[in-house]
Amino acid sequence: MSAVGAGQLERVRVVEVAAPRKKPFPSNAVVIHALLFACIAVVAFPLYYAFVISTQDIQEVVQRPPRLIPSSHLLENYAQAWRKAHMGRMLLNSLVMAVAVAVGKIVISMLSAFAIVYFDFRGRMLCFWTIFVTLMLPVPVRLMSTYEVVGTLGWINTYQGLAIPLMASATATFLFRQFYLTIPNELAEAAQLDGAGPIRFLFQFLLPLSWANIAALFVVLFIFGWNQYLWPLLITNTEAMRTVVIGLEELIPRTGTELPTWNLIMAGAMMALLPPVAIIIFMQRWFVKGLIESEK
Amino acid sequence: MQRTVFRSWWLPYVLVFPQMAVTMIFFFWPALKSLQLSLYRVSPFGDSMTFVGLGNFTKLLADPEYYRSVVNSLVFAAGVTVLAVAGALVLAALATQKIRGLAAYRTLLLWPYGIAPPVAGIIFLFIFHPTYGVLPYFLSFVTAYEFNWLLKGWVALTLVIAATAWTHLGYNIAFFIAGLLAIPGAVMEAADVDGAGPVRRFRSIVFPLVSPITFYLVVLNMVFAFFESFGVIDAVTKGGPGDATMIMVYKLYKDGFIGLNLGSSGAQSVILMALVIGLTMLQFRFAEKKVTYR
Amino acid sequence: MPRTKTVWRSITGAVALSALVALAPSPASAKTEIQFWHAMTGQLGDATNELVRQFNESQSEYEVKPLRKGTYPETLTAAIAAYRQRQAPNIVQVFEAGTQTMMLSGAVHPVYQLFKEQEIAMDWKDFIAPVVGYYSKDGNLYSMPFNSSTPIFYYNKDVFQKAGLDPAKPPQTWKQVEEYSKKIIASGAAKCGFSTGWPSWTMVENMHAWHDQPFATRRNGFDGLDVQLLINKEFGVKHVSQLAAWQKDNVYSYGGRTGTADPKFVNGECAMYIQSSALIGGFTRGVKFAWGSGQLPHWGPPYAKATSIIGGATLWIMKGKPANENRGTAKFLKFISETNQQMWWHVTTGYLAISNSAVKNLEAGYHFKKNPDQWTAFAQLTRGKATANSQGLRLGNFVQIRDVIESELENIFAGKKTAKQGLDDAVAKSNDLLKEFAAANKQ
Repeated sequence: MSAVGAGQLERVRVVEVAAPRKKPFPSNAVVIHALLFACIAVVAFPLYYAFVISTQDIQEVVQRPPRLIPSSHLLENYAQAWRKAHMGRMLLNSLVMAVAVAVGKIVISMLSAFAIVYFDFRGRMLCFWTIFVTLMLPVPVRLMSTYEVVGTLGWINTYQGLAIPLMASATATFLFRQFYLTIPNELAEAAQLDGAGPIRFLFQFLLPLSWANIAALFVVLFIFGWNQYLWPLLITNTEAMRTVVIGLEELIPRTGTELPTWNLIMAGAMMALLPPVAIIIFMQRWFVKGLIESEK
Repeated sequence: MQRTVFRSWWLPYVLVFPQMAVTMIFFFWPALKSLQLSLYRVSPFGDSMTFVGLGNFTKLLADPEYYRSVVNSLVFAAGVTVLAVAGALVLAALATQKIRGLAAYRTLLLWPYGIAPPVAGIIFLFIFHPTYGVLPYFLSFVTAYEFNWLLKGWVALTLVIAATAWTHLGYNIAFFIAGLLAIPGAVMEAADVDGAGPVRRFRSIVFPLVSPITFYLVVLNMVFAFFESFGVIDAVTKGGPGDATMIMVYKLYKDGFIGLNLGSSGAQSVILMALVIGLTMLQFRFAEKKVTYR
Repeated sequence: MPRTKTVWRSITGAVALSALVALAPSPASAKTEIQFWHAMTGQLGDATNELVRQFNESQSEYEVKPLRKGTYPETLTAAIAAYRQRQAPNIVQVFEAGTQTMMLSGAVHPVYQLFKEQEIAMDWKDFIAPVVGYYSKDGNLYSMPFNSSTPIFYYNKDVFQKAGLDPAKPPQTWKQVEEYSKKIIASGAAKCGFSTGWPSWTMVENMHAWHDQPFATRRNGFDGLDVQLLINKEFGVKHVSQLAAWQKDNVYSYGGRTGTADPKFVNGECAMYIQSSALIGGFTRGVKFAWGSGQLPHWGPPYAKATSIIGGATLWIMKGKPANENRGTAKFLKFISETNQQMWWHVTTGYLAISNSAVKNLEAGYHFKKNPDQWTAFAQLTRGKATANSQGLRLGNFVQIRDVIESELENIFAGKKTAKQGLDDAVAKSNDLLKEFAAANKQ
């Protein structure tokens, strides 16, 4: 990886012949497990506590000292939160938006990164810098003007209006480009010798190599799309189009003349965070693999 | 480095077209509009626009509140980055020791990344709540100091930094675990043979080897905390108390959306855009160096 | 390649699914739809929806569609953005702080004009004066009052009892508030004396009006756009510095903006509370102890006692809508202003009934005898002596001004600035905002 690592490797080759390898002490393992456990407990506590609150009724929530074990009102709280915030429809909207953003962005980024790396055409560097400049410009910065643009296109309160403006930034393109740059030249040469055109090269050769990247990007983009708040709030006009993160805000009274029902709010929060967290847990192997590979 | 390329006069244009179209329509066009707005004084409903040249900019740059928001943004971003990156490195280092259960630990450490910042903010708000919160309750047994984030700016700032760092941890840990696992086992063995303790080993071998990843994550976390942290602030403190948690992005939103001052908001957008371009150029320079670094 | 095929299948699946959902036909309706954007959540949101439902069922030509668009500021911004796209709703609920912005915008269809055009009769004189005065220009009503409230004084009767105070007698003066608070804290019945919600609205705006002090020049902004704030004069400094001093010994405990301090009262942490009368419903349902209400405390001489000012929001009609929709809108507004609906709305939500006939009916039904707290609010608004200082505020950029004031209050209560410093800074910034508003709205 770096000059330091190479140097160490040299020393190892010399040393290995001389002395046998030693095993680490078993007591180390206990300490490490204990530390990890403590850290995980701290990291997991907020979620655990949110879950506990979501199972209590409002009296138990305000009780002093606070109860830290789950209570029995789980089903009724979740049912009530579901009803009050129309969770079913909202979860569907969030799902459609998140999947659309993830898939859409992956597709257009892959195609444009492929073009930039594997073709030499007029305007190539211009395209690259144009796309590059958009890296991570936050949505609030271009919010009102984007709304006007979307309005001109007639996409207010539609799935297209929700998803497509979120595809405008170029993180994925950049990652694909980096990844493609690490693919050895020989592969492309071999493909050309084979008589394969660029499209065949893309699908037969590059795509199979990219799955880890694609999986990682899918996770990142899905979460990005699912967790959007400000843009969906502005662009949706009807209850039928709203997403789940907005639905959660609906449960929190902000006009200041109502007492918040924290147990319902936490139930809503749990429902809002479960899908993206589930995606991470299921796809984490590819997620980690893809991040590192594309990062190289 | 000479790359093998394909020859086609039309195909590359077709391939880049979707990305360029989306970027042009939904990025550059609005960005230009913001730029335009920044030069005008606009009435909320848009029915009157007066050209004021750089008036909005000079006003901003003369406003101590604006500088405070820049400082807040820096403090916030630094706090989140230090907490999220250092914390992630320590946790990843622990998890990749020669112990069993790596997969399980990794699962348990990654998942907060999926939680939306506003949702995390709401959960932390409740935990830190001066009346209902479980944290002030337990802290009250330790000290009489009132951790009232509604009045004490630093407590509010700590709250939002903690909530944001919490959501970033998972992402950073994923990177670090992969990076640590990529260190050849032989290198670690050599250190063992040398008689190096775990701390020294970490300091002189592991840390330099993962420094590229660390650097990448520091830049990424800083940019993310600087710009995408809007959700947490909006869900929890709304810039308060006073303006202790007023970061640049939130001020932009507040002036534009709530104050309906589109001209000033546009000017703030332009300044932020310049900052982002600068930062991403920095990141690009770094990334390119890494590629040839190998 | 099997994997690629699966990926393509899922992509096409996702696209198909979204297309399907996007194109799903909505049930055809022959009724004219009226879009109504509001910011009501929780039980107030339910009550709003119920009121709309009652209207929809009472006739078959129009259907009002309510939508919670966000918080008050979010709803206003969304309406503006939508208006610029010619996609504005028919009715928008805007909070009182947005009144001047709406009035001068040229994007609204004044209510009195709407009724005149639609030739629907409306007894404007029947509305209670403080509410109408706030939202009228030249004697004509611009927006329809919907949810109006005023701040009143709440107190915990159980705590009073425990501390040896008479639970039937709330304090009338600020000196008494201090006295009672100290007694309560000493007896251990509660941790703090009193707290407040909506700090700028209750402690600055309403206190000035209540004590017949001007909040701003030009009759609090009613007379023109070249306005300046007057809250850093003798009264403002006196009241705020007293609050800051009380904050030190828990006589006063600052609890945040909007309604964040509500738990302090509900939990029994603070014995007394100043907040919107609209909380009466929520307290009745959620509070476990015996409580009562009284009028806002007063400093007494040399300050006169005027009235308090209203808060809440009104319904604004957006311009540029077709005539048949306007007719439906007018009918909806007429419906909600009828006595029966007024009474129902008041009893369900706790917001004030805005017509004198409704109030008379409520009185006849002994409603106020059974709910003396509601009478408190009403009496405070209408039975005092209305003066130029107590009719309300009409200031541009008022949302930001309120924010500035509350921000400086926080600095003052945290001990970072003295009351005079903080208020001076607030006035300086606010005057700037007012100047900007005047420039952007040159008439």
